[in-house]
Amino acid sequence: MGCLDKLPYEILLRNSSFSECREYIKKNFKEIYEVKPGYKIFDVYIIGVPPITIGVDGNDLVFPYTKPCHGTFLVKVASDEEAARLRKNKK
Amino acid sequence: MGKLDNIESAVLVMGCPQVPVQTTAVLYIAYKLKQKGISVNIAGTPAARMLIKYADPESHYFDAIKDLDKTIGDIVEKREKYPLCFVFIHNDAGVSYATTMDSVMDSDVYPVIFGSNAEELSDEIKFECEKIVAVAAHNPKPLINSIDGVMKWDA
Repeated sequence: MGCLDKLPYEILLRNSSFSECREYIKKNFKEIYEVKPGYKIFDVYIIGVPPITIGVDGNDLVFPYTKPCHGTFLVKVASDEEAARLRKNKK
Repeated sequence: MGKLDNIESAVLVMGCPQVPVQTTAVLYIAYKLKQKGISVNIAGTPAARMLIKYADPESHYFDAIKDLDKTIGDIVEKREKYPLCFVFIHNDAGVSYATTMDSVMDSDVYPVIFGSNAEELSDEIKFECEKIVAVAAHNPKPLINSIDGVMKWDA
């Protein structure tokens, strides 16, 4: 899925459903944003069942990431730029 | 008026080619669309694309094979537009792709759901659409019957 594969990322959940990802983020993050499928982040377009929930902690972004053969993962990637863009777009 | 009247192009979104009936169903729908004069674009993972490419080396049944992620980007950014879309689904990822295509396209999206969990997966498709569903993994006939039942090609 684009250049996300080339970034350092941490997998928080494997083979999970979108509702499981959403619940995990709501339970563990105070700063939460909802985006539509197709939202561009790290040069990739997020795939999923709306609303897609993104958790932010400082410059860490946590969001669902779907691979056709492997299902949906919840991943954490640090980016000052993407965190700032998300905050700006949603304010 | 038939549901395919005035349609010029379609995109067929392939998932992971783990279940054998997928390739057959993609080529079958592509063949039917071509018969209607519709331009057929197939988007898939590298392995899915290879299966189609070498099943139809002279491209009788499709006009273009494209990278799945790039196709989604092109649709989101309005660089490409398809009034008709089929998404092939045998796992949760397929449900995500179908829901995404419905969200980013102003088009008719037909989920084509197969594999051993087809009925459960069908319940996960919440957007308004006509679903093509069959519990089929190796024998494509139940899925072909479902495709024909929904599409009514000659109507």
